[in-house]
Amino acid sequence: MDTDLLVRLILLLPLAGAVFNGILGLFIRGLRKNEWVIGGIGTAVVAVPFLLTVYLFTAGFDEAHIASYYTWMAVGDLQIDFAYRIDHLSLIMALVVTGVGALIHLYSIGYMHGDRGFWKFFAYLNLFIFMMLNLILGDNLLVLFLGWEGVGLCSYLLIGFWYEDLKNSAAANKAFIVNRVGDFAFLMAMFILFKNLGGLDFGTLLAFADGVGAGAVPGWVHWVVLLLFIGATGKSAQIPLFVWLPDAMAGPTPVSALIHAATMVTSGLYLLARLSSFVLLSPSMMMIVAVVGALTAIMAATIALTQNDIKRVLAYSTVSQLGYMFMAAGVGAFFVSIFHLFTHAFFKACLFLGSGSVIHGMHHVEHELHHRGREGPLDPQDMRTMGGLKKYMASTRWTYLFATVAIAGIPLTAGFFSKDEILFKAFEYGYDGHFYAWFVWGVGIVTALLTAFYMMRSYMLTFEGEPRWPMADTVHPHESPWTITVPLWVLGGLSLVAGFLGLPGVIAHGELNWIHGYLAGHDGHAGPVAEAAVEGHAGLGIEWGLIVLGSLIALVGVGWAWRFYGRHGLAGDALLRERFGTLYRWWEGKYFWDEFYQKTVVRLVIGGAEHGLAPFDLKVIDGIVNGLAALMRGISRLLRHIQTGIVQNYALAIVFGVVVIIALMLSG
Amino acid sequence: MELTLNWYLALSAVLFTIGVLGVLFRSNAIVILMSVELMLNAVNLTLVALSQSMGDTAGQVLVFFVMSVAAAEAAVGLAIIIAIFRNKLTVDINKINLFKY
Repeated sequence: MDTDLLVRLILLLPLAGAVFNGILGLFIRGLRKNEWVIGGIGTAVVAVPFLLTVYLFTAGFDEAHIASYYTWMAVGDLQIDFAYRIDHLSLIMALVVTGVGALIHLYSIGYMHGDRGFWKFFAYLNLFIFMMLNLILGDNLLVLFLGWEGVGLCSYLLIGFWYEDLKNSAAANKAFIVNRVGDFAFLMAMFILFKNLGGLDFGTLLAFADGVGAGAVPGWVHWVVLLLFIGATGKSAQIPLFVWLPDAMAGPTPVSALIHAATMVTSGLYLLARLSSFVLLSPSMMMIVAVVGALTAIMAATIALTQNDIKRVLAYSTVSQLGYMFMAAGVGAFFVSIFHLFTHAFFKACLFLGSGSVIHGMHHVEHELHHRGREGPLDPQDMRTMGGLKKYMASTRWTYLFATVAIAGIPLTAGFFSKDEILFKAFEYGYDGHFYAWFVWGVGIVTALLTAFYMMRSYMLTFEGEPRWPMADTVHPHESPWTITVPLWVLGGLSLVAGFLGLPGVIAHGELNWIHGYLAGHDGHAGPVAEAAVEGHAGLGIEWGLIVLGSLIALVGVGWAWRFYGRHGLAGDALLRERFGTLYRWWEGKYFWDEFYQKTVVRLVIGGAEHGLAPFDLKVIDGIVNGLAALMRGISRLLRHIQTGIVQNYALAIVFGVVVIIALMLSG
Repeated sequence: MELTLNWYLALSAVLFTIGVLGVLFRSNAIVILMSVELMLNAVNLTLVALSQSMGDTAGQVLVFFVMSVAAAEAAVGLAIIIAIFRNKLTVDINKINLFKY
């Protein structure tokens, strides 16, 4: 089948779904109630592209295929087309986006059942998939940026989906505005690139990066890498622009799963991986990437330890895992960050969807309690009022457990392979004299322990122990319908086995690391993702040692949390608070980033607007406009008197005119 | 003294000016029409004087046209004034001015 046609279908089907659900849902009221039609079409337009992507995947593409459709702009020296690139990297990303996306669309049919905006939800979700595909399949930075902004827009629309509650709108605003800061940096990077290279398509960029010798890297390259990374911190929630992600949990859970776990937040990573040979030109900036990633990872992990809202725990977990991916990028192992992106999509989506199932169940409990006359609020997302759910929600419990052990890195699960690979690559990079890599490795080890612990904590508090909600002996949640549990099982299973795509080098000398070969090239054939050339190699013994260390940490973290929370239940949190004192206060306060931003940036901007721009607008701009009007009014008040209404006066004027003309004629 | 061309032109100019002043500053509609006739006659005088002095009869031919138009115009103008008088019982233009607000 013609690849260009397939690419067109893959891109346009989700858009068609969005238009169908959006426009027809807007005008045909009857359609809005028909959930199976809306949900069915919404899911199908993502599932079919998934199948098409699988087909393309099996078709090879060792060489990148570029499908160019229209010229977007041809201005002076700049020529940008709507061009899309199919190569191994974009195929892997597309598989994740469409595959996980389709599962989440199916899940949403069950989750959003009965919601008034059901049709809008699917329209927005489909639009998001379209934009995300533009992002990952684009062949130049502008199409990527189009997708980048588009997913930001859809994220805004979906976070603030239940806009009637102002908190949700505020969260949506926060996400959009914070992302804008990153986008500004991204734009600056594009300007610099265009000025120096004359083009923004990946062909030009990568050719330049390949052609530049190691000693002759121009200064602007470092700026570009830094600015691109800042853009990535916005989209992928790293320090300092991560503050929007925890608030984004205000959106419906499928949104959190799709956008804020598996796909949109990985855009920054994708950007760096796509431009990997370019990023490698700037080792100094790579150090910044790795260190920021490491600091973000450990910071978010400590915060996750203290959160009571199950979705917040998962949000900070996402920030932390994204930090891991940036750590890998910062030590030149871009394919590993994509590998971790891949496995993370599975277990994080599974975790979020599982939490959604739990929330769904607890909502039912809340309604039942109100039915029976029991007053008082019950937050369906608060783990403090959960507990013992394994009795009532078996599928949810098992899949959540699978995903938890995967993210903790228990041996042979998906998270184990990808996380260990990151830590190993960090360790190895240190041998080359990049000592920051060992710092990163150390932070990664500590964070792994924390990850195992806090994830197991969330499992224990939710599913184990005794139920902690009121009237627990008579009011129970029930398991969610098949549209919810089937995706959970699929993702749970993948969380366990997807790691085998990237077996570490100790096994068969790295021959079985399929994803390495696929992304970075093999048999002398270069792949789309570049790697750092590493001189020093850690021996086999060290590699085994690190694997054992990683396994131990995961087992210790999980086991410790299991015993600690198994014995103490919710009181465990109070014990932690006692033991860690001030530290715990800092973690619980989320390191006070929001308060810091509020006191500095927000106050500055709003103050500037209130006291500077607003008076300027009211007094100067309005003054000029109103002043002009007043001037006209004044002039007309004077000139009005000429119109007397007496015809003889008008005739007099004509005579005057004639006299003047004759005088002029006579005087030459 | 010799009656040269200039004398006729001067007379014509004076007549024309008087006519203009009459149109501009009199308030009786019939007097205004008379002033218009005066202006037309002044122009006739100019035409004839110049025709005689240049020896070209075209000027006199034009006078025929002007006179016939003037006559028609006077007839129509007076008819209008009579129609107005029948309604307003006055021919003072200040009293029949609809423009003045």
